[in-house]
Amino acid sequence: MKADPIGVLTGTHFFDGDHACCEGALAAGCRFAAGYPITPSTEIVERFAQRAPLVGGMFLQMEDELAASIAIQGAVWAGAKAFTVTSGPGFSLMMEHIGFAAMTETPCVIVNVQRGGPSTGLPTLPGQADMMQARWGSHGDYELIALAPSSPQECFDLTIHAFNLAEQYRVPVLVMMDECVGHMTEKVVIPPASEIEVAPRRYTRLPRGEYVPFHAGPDGVPEMVRAGEGYRIHVTGMTHDEQGFPAPTVEAQQKLVQRLVEKIRRNAEAIVRYEETGVEDAEVVVVAYGITARVARRAVELARQQGVRAGLLRPVVVWPFPENRIAELARRVRAFVVAEMNLGQIALEVERCSAGNAPTVLVPHGGGAVHHPEEILEVILAQARTEEVLR
Amino acid sequence: MSAPVEAPLAANPVEAVLRSFRMPHIWCPGCGIGTTVNCFARALEQSKLNLDKVVVVSGIGCSGRVAGYLDLDSFHTTHGRAIPFATGMKIANPKLTVVVYSGDGDLVGIGGNHFIHAARRNLDLKVICINNFTYGMTGGQMGPTTPVSALSSTTPFGCFEPGFNLPHLAESAGAVYVARWTTYHVRQLAHTMGEMLRKNGFSFLEIISPCPTLYGQRNRLGDGLAMMKHFKQQSVLRHGAPTKEVGIELQGPIAVGKFVDIERPSFLDVMNEQLGRTLEAEYAGCVKDHVPD
Ligand SMILES: Cc1ncc(C[n+]2csc(CCOP(=O)(O)OP(=O)(O)O)c2C)c(N)n1
Ligand code: SF4
Repeated sequence: MKADPIGVLTGTHFFDGDHACCEGALAAGCRFAAGYPITPSTEIVERFAQRAPLVGGMFLQMEDELAASIAIQGAVWAGAKAFTVTSGPGFSLMMEHIGFAAMTETPCVIVNVQRGGPSTGLPTLPGQADMMQARWGSHGDYELIALAPSSPQECFDLTIHAFNLAEQYRVPVLVMMDECVGHMTEKVVIPPASEIEVAPRRYTRLPRGEYVPFHAGPDGVPEMVRAGEGYRIHVTGMTHDEQGFPAPTVEAQQKLVQRLVEKIRRNAEAIVRYEETGVEDAEVVVVAYGITARVARRAVELARQQGVRAGLLRPVVVWPFPENRIAELARRVRAFVVAEMNLGQIALEVERCSAGNAPTVLVPHGGGAVHHPEEILEVILAQARTEEVLR
Repeated sequence: MSAPVEAPLAANPVEAVLRSFRMPHIWCPGCGIGTTVNCFARALEQSKLNLDKVVVVSGIGCSGRVAGYLDLDSFHTTHGRAIPFATGMKIANPKLTVVVYSGDGDLVGIGGNHFIHAARRNLDLKVICINNFTYGMTGGQMGPTTPVSALSSTTPFGCFEPGFNLPHLAESAGAVYVARWTTYHVRQLAHTMGEMLRKNGFSFLEIISPCPTLYGQRNRLGDGLAMMKHFKQQSVLRHGAPTKEVGIELQGPIAVGKFVDIERPSFLDVMNEQLGRTLEAEYAGCVKDHVPD
């Protein structure tokens, strides 16, 4: 399905990442946003509040992030596409409802413009330290999808992609921006609506009586309905059977949780997306995402200038993680260097996936500013040299 | 002498609105929640509304399980958050009649912030609160409505905190319709629920309901029937009473009736009016008109 032109601001713009994200949501067909002000994410919904009434949408400022993250789900079950945006402390408050969306298979998008934490941390400065919280933050076993844009253009593109993935897999999708990407201004090209693919909701065609709300198709994803259409569905965050009713049994739990997890794991190869630069012949592969990937690219260039075969792997989809690709590379590279604006999160994942076949070296950063390319370069060079000595 | 002819069992008129296949329900014998559901089913029946367009949203608790037993589109959300879920739903599709049905702990304990803001916004939500003076589902702890000196599992020496006067809270925060009955008042309950279904704006009904298993037993109030009789004895009909005066104490009177029924433009009225006025022809209307079919 193509985007509805009413929401698409076709043209070449000079936008910051926050505004680009808002335009991405509108282009994707999002017509409901709820949120609670928090730096550095607020500009997204400020723009939405301005733009939405002109395109048939609505922004609702809620009393807190708990409210915002569940109000969007009410809107979704009424038939709208909906999102909320936040940062650190607000993201923490949303955890329960990320789990609710996973459990009830409510397609929705949550944007986290990451700042330095923990707690109030650095309200106006960047961080990337919510990456594991994004993956594991709500209680229980579940899977979701998280994307990490590294430019305003990608804030636009990946927000659309987030809405599409949410509809396709009926999961909450997280857009893990950071303050730098959110506040940096660059050229953003918005194509004509006819060139923007949007995923429609997977509504059932079955009549009431034949429709089984949580009976999954071959890809593990059940078809949906919305309130008010006569299906008289029940939706609960409790462990439920295929009809949607509470089923507090070991069997129902196993069946449901397994499916919720499998629908992402089994489709992971289709969901995973990463970008590689100079990885083909690389001896040292830098893994970096978001704004840090841009700094890392410079470090890789500098390393190449010094004759070290370095490459960059940038996960665009961070969760699910490009597990197979890392495992494959681990069998032939000397080392992974992971640069991220935290004290070691995605590095743990790279280490896990490389399964001891190549060392993983972290270039940490406490947050508040991006790395210097030289910091990353130094580690790349050290890895290249160490390996030579060992050989 | 002919054998007595047995009249065929008349189908329970409320059955059409209930998910009979989900019975037996989870509530204890003597619990008041089921009684209120019956009243609600009756009100729905009599409302002549298209029930395909009526949605019930609950939070978590014994009362939160109501959503699962009504044959409507029903949403059993998270603890305290039924109101914000309902808020998103109503705004995204104003044609739905959205009823929030939950417990006192859920709505005004953990969900208290949402409650006051929803009343302030005056979005058209019908909020039905089962007040059993305790947290039933978790085993009878004190809650935001437990009266001073009442016993609960977490106030073994009596509660030290005054409970909320819910009608007063609702009115102060902006509700346009506020009523209270007990589970003894089944006809009045159905009538009030019917009025709420027709009212535009944030309407609130508090139902004093027995939890004989926990609150009743601990406070020696007897079984469900005894508690109901007690409610009946303590009830004082006070239509239009200033809500400030209707707080409830442990053995004190229970003011019942309709306390507030006023007109105030609802959230959607104000929104549409204001956006229409400022944006004129540019205003693209509410969300629902743009939800693709
Ligand atoms: C976030 C969260 N905290 C605590 C609980 C545990 N819990 C479940 S029901 C409940 C209390 C419900 O009390 P009330 O709303 O008065 O309903 P009742 O059971 O009395 O009908 C609590 C505390 C929960 N489910 N979620
Ligand atoms: S514990 Fe109390 S409120 Fe819960 S079902 Fe039993 S009697 Fe009702």
